[in-house]
Amino acid sequence: MATATEESRARQGAGAPSGAAAISLEQIVKTYRSGGEDVQAVRGVDLRIEQGEFFSLLGPSGCGKTTTMRMVAGFEDPTSGTVRLHGDDVTGIPPHRRDVNMVFQSYALFPHMTVFDNVAFGLRRKGEAAGEIRRKVAESLELVELSGRERTKPGRLSGGQQQRVALARALVNRPSALLLDEPLGALDLKLRQAMQIELKRIQRDVGITFVYVTHDQGEALTMSDRIAVMNGGRVEQLGTPAEIYERPATRFTAGFIGTSNLLSGTVDGHRGGFAEIGIDGAGEILAECDSPAGSRVDLTVRPEKIALDTAEPSADRARLPGVVAEVVYLGSTTHYTVRLGDGTEIVVFRQNSSDAASAADRGDTVWVSWRPEHAYALPGT
Amino acid sequence: MTTATETGRTPGGAAAERSARRRGGERRRPDWGKYFTWAVLCWLFAPIVFMVVFSFNDIKGRHNVTWEGFTLRWYSDAFAYPDLNVALLNTITIAVLTMLIAGFLGTLLGLALGRYRFFGQSATNLVMFSAISAPEVVLGASLLSMFLTMNIAVGYWTILIAHVMFSVSFVAITVRARVLTMDPSVEEAARDLGATPLATFRLVTLPLLVPAITSGGLIAFALSVDDYIITSFVSGSTQTFPLWIWGATRVGIPPQVNVMGTLIFGIGVLLAAGNMVLARRRSR
Repeated sequence: MATATEESRARQGAGAPSGAAAISLEQIVKTYRSGGEDVQAVRGVDLRIEQGEFFSLLGPSGCGKTTTMRMVAGFEDPTSGTVRLHGDDVTGIPPHRRDVNMVFQSYALFPHMTVFDNVAFGLRRKGEAAGEIRRKVAESLELVELSGRERTKPGRLSGGQQQRVALARALVNRPSALLLDEPLGALDLKLRQAMQIELKRIQRDVGITFVYVTHDQGEALTMSDRIAVMNGGRVEQLGTPAEIYERPATRFTAGFIGTSNLLSGTVDGHRGGFAEIGIDGAGEILAECDSPAGSRVDLTVRPEKIALDTAEPSADRARLPGVVAEVVYLGSTTHYTVRLGDGTEIVVFRQNSSDAASAADRGDTVWVSWRPEHAYALPGT
Repeated sequence: MTTATETGRTPGGAAAERSARRRGGERRRPDWGKYFTWAVLCWLFAPIVFMVVFSFNDIKGRHNVTWEGFTLRWYSDAFAYPDLNVALLNTITIAVLTMLIAGFLGTLLGLALGRYRFFGQSATNLVMFSAISAPEVVLGASLLSMFLTMNIAVGYWTILIAHVMFSVSFVAITVRARVLTMDPSVEEAARDLGATPLATFRLVTLPLLVPAITSGGLIAFALSVDDYIITSFVSGSTQTFPLWIWGATRVGIPPQVNVMGTLIFGIGVLLAAGNMVLARRRSR
C-alpha cells in the first residue's frame, strides 16, 4: 500500500502545475431540450476543487449535482462554460480521453467479465504490460479487501462487494480525480455507514481527489473536507461541513441539512454587539445580526443548542416561553417540541445524561433558551 | 422461562401441523395441476415421438402409417433419394445463411430501435410487427408479384431473401428487448475507463447482446427450416425439404423423411442444450 501512496504523491508533484485546482468549473450552464422546452439543469456553477480534497456535491434530486459531475467526466457537454482538469481545458473532450474515473450509482460492473478483468479493464486500454497489470490489480483489490475473489463474476458478489469492485476498478487507474455518483445509495444502512468510513480511509491512503455526489446530508457531513450545497442548478453554499451545519447561508441550506428551527422576526435595534429581534408574537431576543433596524430576518437555531428550563433563564441568553407539545424519547436523547406563543414549534434535542435535570412533560410551561451566537440570521422573507 | 419455552416450541409445532394438513390434503384431492401439465407435455411431444418411432418402421409398401416391425434400414439408406438430398441441402444452407444475415441485420436494427430516438422509428416498429403478424399467404403472394415485377428469376436466392425478410424482425425484437433492459451506465463505465466507442462496442456491448443475438438467430434458423407457405410462392423450381415432403404426400412419404426429421430434431436439441450449458458457464 505504501508504494501506491508514494506513487500518487510523486505523480501529484510532477503532474499538477502549481496553483491549478484539480478540477475547476467556470460559469457552467447546462440546458436540455425536453418536450420542446428548454430546461436549465445547471445555471452558472463556479467551483474549484483542490488536489487531494474530499469534495461533496450535496442536494435534493434534480438539483443539478449529477449533471455537474457528468460534465466533469465528459458524458455531457456544458451548454456554456469551461471545465478544467489541472488547469487544462477539457471541455468537449470525450470521456475516454479524460484522466478522471467514475464510480456509478448502479456500479456498472461488466457482468460478463471476472472481477480481475473488470479491474484490469482500464489498464488494458492503456496498453500496460501483463505483469504490471497483475501487480496493480492485486494491489487495488487488496485496498478494497477483496483479494482472492479475482476469478469471481460480479453477479456472485454481494452489493457491498460489487461496490468495492467498482471502486477498485476506478482507483487502479490512479485518476487525477475520482467521481462518485451516489455510490452507497443501494446499500443498507449498516453497510452504508461502514463504507463511509472505508471510503474516507481509502481516500486518505491513495491521496486522490474525490468528488462525491449525494443527497444524503449525513454522508456528506461525515466524509467531506468541503461541501457544495446545490439547489435548482446553483450552488447555494460552499464550505466545510461545520460551516455548512453551524452557519447555513440560506433558508434552503438550513432546512436541507439537519433539523433546524426557523424563527421570523424584525430587527428592533442593536445593543452590545447583538441585535434585538422581535420574534413575531413570541417575544424579544438577542442574536448576532448585522441587518439594520426595521429589516425582516429569519433566525436559524440548531435543536441541540437549545436548553429547556422550567425557571426563567438569565438575561444574557436568548429566551422564549412556550408549552411542551410533544416528547419523544430516543434512548440517548429526547426530542421535545415546544409551541411558542404565536404557534411556532421549536424542536429541542436533549442528551439523556445522568446529571440532566428532570425532564419536562407534555403540557408543561417551559423556557427555551440559547446563547445569542448560536442563532444565525438569514435575510428574511 | 415458561414463556420462552412455549414460544420456542410454537414454530416447530405449527410447521408439523401444516405438513400434516398438507399430507391429508393430498390424500383427499388428486393434484389436478400436475396431471394437466403432464397431459399438455404429452400432447406437445406425441407428434415428435411418432416421427421418431416411425423412422424405425420396417414397411414393405409405400405407406408409412402402420407399424410393421423394427429396422435400422432407413438410417443406412437415409440418402437414397437424390432429390430429397438436394432439397435438404438447400433447406440447411438457406437456414444457415438466413440465420447469419438476419442475425446481423436484426442486431443492428434492434440496437437502433432500443438505443436511439430517430425519425421514422415508430414506422420501423410498425413494419417490423406487421412482418410478423401478416398472414404468410399474403406475404408470399406479394413477394412473388414483387419479384416478377422487378424481373428477378425466382429460385434459391429469392427464397433466401424472403426468409431473411420475415425472420429479421424476430432477431430485432429479441435484441431490442435486451438493449432496453441493459444498464446504459455499463457502456459509460467502459468509455470512462478509456475505451474508444468502437472498443466499447466490441468489449462490452456485443458480449452483453450475445445471448439475445443467439436466441434470435436460432429462431430465424428454425423459421427458415420449416417454412412452407412463403417458400412455395418464391421457390420457382428449387426444392426445399418442406416442399419436397408436401410433394411426396400424394405418393406416400418415404421413411427417410422421418429419419431426416429425427436427425434435424436431434441436432436442434443438442444445439439448445449446448447453448444452455454455455449460458450457465457465462453466468458463473
